[in-house]
Amino acid sequence: MLNILIVARKEVQEGLRNRWVLATTLLLAALALTLTFLGSAPTGTVGVRALDVVIVSLASLTIFLLPLIALLISHDAVVGEMERGTMLLLLSYPIGRWQVLLGKFVGHLAILAFATLIGYGAAALALALTGATIDRESWVAFAAMIGSSILLGAVFIALGYLVSALVRQRGTAAGIAVGLWLVFVLLYDMALLGALVIDQGQTISGGVLSALLLLNPTDAYRVFNLSGSSSLSAISGMAGTARNSLGNEALLATLALWVLVPLSLSALAFSRREL
Amino acid sequence: MTPVVHVDRVVKRFGAVEAVRTVSFDLMGGETIALVGHNGAGKTTLMKLIIGLIRPTSGQLRLLGEDPAAGQFAGRQRLGYLPENVSFNAALTGRETLAFYARLKRESAATVGPLLERVGLEQAADRRVGTYSKGMRQRLGLAQALLGSPQVLLLDEPTTGLDPALRQSFYDILEDLRRGGSCVLLSSHALTELEERAGRVIIMNRGLKVADGSVQDLRGIAELPTRIRLRTREQEIEAAQQWFAGTPCHAINSHTLEISVAQDRKIEVLRRASSVGAPVVDIDVAPPNLDDLYAHFLQDREGASC
Repeated sequence: MLNILIVARKEVQEGLRNRWVLATTLLLAALALTLTFLGSAPTGTVGVRALDVVIVSLASLTIFLLPLIALLISHDAVVGEMERGTMLLLLSYPIGRWQVLLGKFVGHLAILAFATLIGYGAAALALALTGATIDRESWVAFAAMIGSSILLGAVFIALGYLVSALVRQRGTAAGIAVGLWLVFVLLYDMALLGALVIDQGQTISGGVLSALLLLNPTDAYRVFNLSGSSSLSAISGMAGTARNSLGNEALLATLALWVLVPLSLSALAFSRREL
Repeated sequence: MTPVVHVDRVVKRFGAVEAVRTVSFDLMGGETIALVGHNGAGKTTLMKLIIGLIRPTSGQLRLLGEDPAAGQFAGRQRLGYLPENVSFNAALTGRETLAFYARLKRESAATVGPLLERVGLEQAADRRVGTYSKGMRQRLGLAQALLGSPQVLLLDEPTTGLDPALRQSFYDILEDLRRGGSCVLLSSHALTELEERAGRVIIMNRGLKVADGSVQDLRGIAELPTRIRLRTREQEIEAAQQWFAGTPCHAINSHTLEISVAQDRKIEVLRRASSVGAPVVDIDVAPPNLDDLYAHFLQDREGASC
């Protein structure tokens, strides 16, 4: 346990030193603030709760950005250290390979969580300072959005490790990471949409659609956040989608599984790797 | 006394390549052993096997009494390793890097400062490792290998990139550790440098152990001749050749004669060269050095296997 924390601490230290933490936090804060104020313009003062609009826009931002950031920091974790030769020395110490991997995971997740919390938190804070009235339900939904965003980041950190533990070269890892991002963030939904249009509701039932949404962590995240409450689903246009068949617990469990399975597989791949 | 490192008929194959072929040896505490061989002779692979970074294809290894690849790490607590071409994360400072490794070995942070001083890095301790020269990185590598006064030190080409002054202090540090009962295994290409320091030499060639013993032992086994060079006055080279008639000798130039003699005839030749009336003004004696021994054992092996 101590070894994991030692490695995690070093990852955070490195992240602070090479400005990863700063860059990610600033990027997320800047985009979140922009969306908050541009996004609230069209709604004006009419009825809609201001923070709910922010949640919807930030959730969409998360789906594009957080997987990308997570893959960027994680795809290099194993193969990069091997190529630079630092892994050889580290593994000659009294530390297990799974501890190295888990330590890196904790460290990388801490960086991502910090950036998300501060970046998005800044947006909510700014909104509150403008005097918008925000009720308790909105705050809860906002907290859930941040929590699930971090969970989505964890999914892609784990996927990045899996790639990193399997390939021989850093370039390959980067290529596959970009491919993963394209598939999960863009192509999968496009293909799903295309299939639905062609199918015209003939064979793809609501149950199948729910299952298909769970097969992509970004979709599980989307459903979780954009249809979390009646007011949210109204704004996001997600009213009446997969909501009825997928409970919040199932969605979160899916995301957790999307973290655990790739992480375990990457630990397995790493433990079998020859140095 | 039980060996700190026990290698028993170890074979390591990478695909079709046999990197280590049925090698056995025991290393004791208080020994300095030189591991000598070409690139690709299996030195680095052997070290990785001893640490447990890779598993042997067959055979057994013990490091401080435990199987190094079995995931028991008590042995590694007492192990120092300096890999060939050591590298560190460029973003952290030397002090932070060493503190990280100290934590992994459960050493107190107070050991970091003195250790940096010992390898001559106290000035650069708070600079990023990315700004270090090759020699400085090597020194940092050495510092981390010395953490926690290790019982077994494995050093892969440790002196590359070190200047002569530092090299000397480096060997002094190793000698201190050896006196304290540690086992020091180092590989190097700088054979003449190892000759004076290593009590024992293991010569590897293409994954096979071809020789193992003290430099003195190996000289005995190899039966390499000692070279004696005699300087004569100008024009007296022929007189000198006649003086040593019956001993194989050849003139190198107009005033230098080289005689190669077996160990047991060395004194006889020297007496003759220094006796009254010998046409000799100077004598140089060169026993076979580690380079010669190394070349001899490699040739030997090559001749045998081809």
